[in-house]
Amino acid sequence: MIESLVTQLEKQHLIAAFALVGGAMYLSYLISDKLTKGRIHGSAIAIIVGLGLAYFGGIHTGGTRGLADISLFAGLGLMGGGMLRDLAIIATAYGVRFQEVREAGLSGIIALFLGVFVSFIAGVAVAYAFGYRDPVSLTTIGAGTVTYIVGPIAGASIGASSEIIALSIAAGLFKSILVMILTPVAARHIGLDNPRSAMIFGGLMGTTSGVAAGLAATDPKLVPYGAMTATFYTGLGALLAPSVLYFAVRAIF
Amino acid sequence: MVIYGVALLAGCMLVGLWAGDVLGMLLGVNSNVGGVGIAMLMLIFLGGYLMDKKKMPASTEDGIKFWNGMYIPIVVAMAASQNVAAAFDGGLIALLASLVAVVASFALIPFLNKLGRPKDSDTQESTPPHKPRKVLSASSPSHARARARHAR
Repeated sequence: MIESLVTQLEKQHLIAAFALVGGAMYLSYLISDKLTKGRIHGSAIAIIVGLGLAYFGGIHTGGTRGLADISLFAGLGLMGGGMLRDLAIIATAYGVRFQEVREAGLSGIIALFLGVFVSFIAGVAVAYAFGYRDPVSLTTIGAGTVTYIVGPIAGASIGASSEIIALSIAAGLFKSILVMILTPVAARHIGLDNPRSAMIFGGLMGTTSGVAAGLAATDPKLVPYGAMTATFYTGLGALLAPSVLYFAVRAIF
Repeated sequence: MVIYGVALLAGCMLVGLWAGDVLGMLLGVNSNVGGVGIAMLMLIFLGGYLMDKKKMPASTEDGIKFWNGMYIPIVVAMAASQNVAAAFDGGLIALLASLVAVVASFALIPFLNKLGRPKDSDTQESTPPHKPRKVLSASSPSHARARARHAR
């Protein structure tokens, strides 16, 4: 009996994920309402719970997709994967007035460049403080701090070792996790409450998953603005890191 | 019909991601450049155009609104399938590098926010020198407030 239930859950994995996430969100909103009196947003709790489960899934299976590596929860990988995530992000743009996007457009572009530079420099500085001196490692770790996609792209093109590339991916993963968790906490202090600052935020942070989740936990109305600039960030980082930024690092060190 | 809305959304996504890939190739970058953003802009324009033409009945809109509403649950599923364990494997360097980057980026937001709109900062600080602009800027805070209200 139980076995056939498990088989069914594994077979209908996407549907099982819908039910599971629905249940988890119900509990999270209940906790938000009763225990924190709405002070911590229900979706923020749900995201943190999700990250916690992903950690245990990761250690349990040794896989790379968090809880989705446990076959019972495989549907989470499809539901939270790039395809449906992008579809849902795009859907949030419906009803946005272009005027608001255009008004913040220039600040968004400045934020994009500044965001790549700031994250890269932060990564290089910390790597330097930990004793790395060769330009290839410094650049790769800096690129990973931009996003976990840029790290391996830059590392592969300038010939970094696989340990350094793994480290750069870890830095990028941490960045997206930190953005998810810290955004709702910081939002009030940095004026993140209107479309314009959301576009700047997306450009500065850049990690699409971090921005997507961070804004969802802050104010879902801001999601389209942040996501729009954030989606250009990885491309820009992949353009700058192995070229201009690498040459700059090589010139300095 | 609901499927029209979903198809419009899907069409925007496919064209946008394809355009992002082409843009990446043109720039010589091994990644998609802004595909999702391009798709979002397409949906804003196409959706707005169809709405003006009264070609967006409620049932068509529902096809888009459903996926809009699924956004947060999808993000929760995404969080649950992140490679959190690998992040912890990176240890202190990875944590510190990303923490410094995130905190520095947060700190830049108010600065950039102010930089982008000189009109509003005029009203708070240095208005006396140029009087004619004061009249102009006097109306801008209410605009800003209206915008903020719309956003909420």
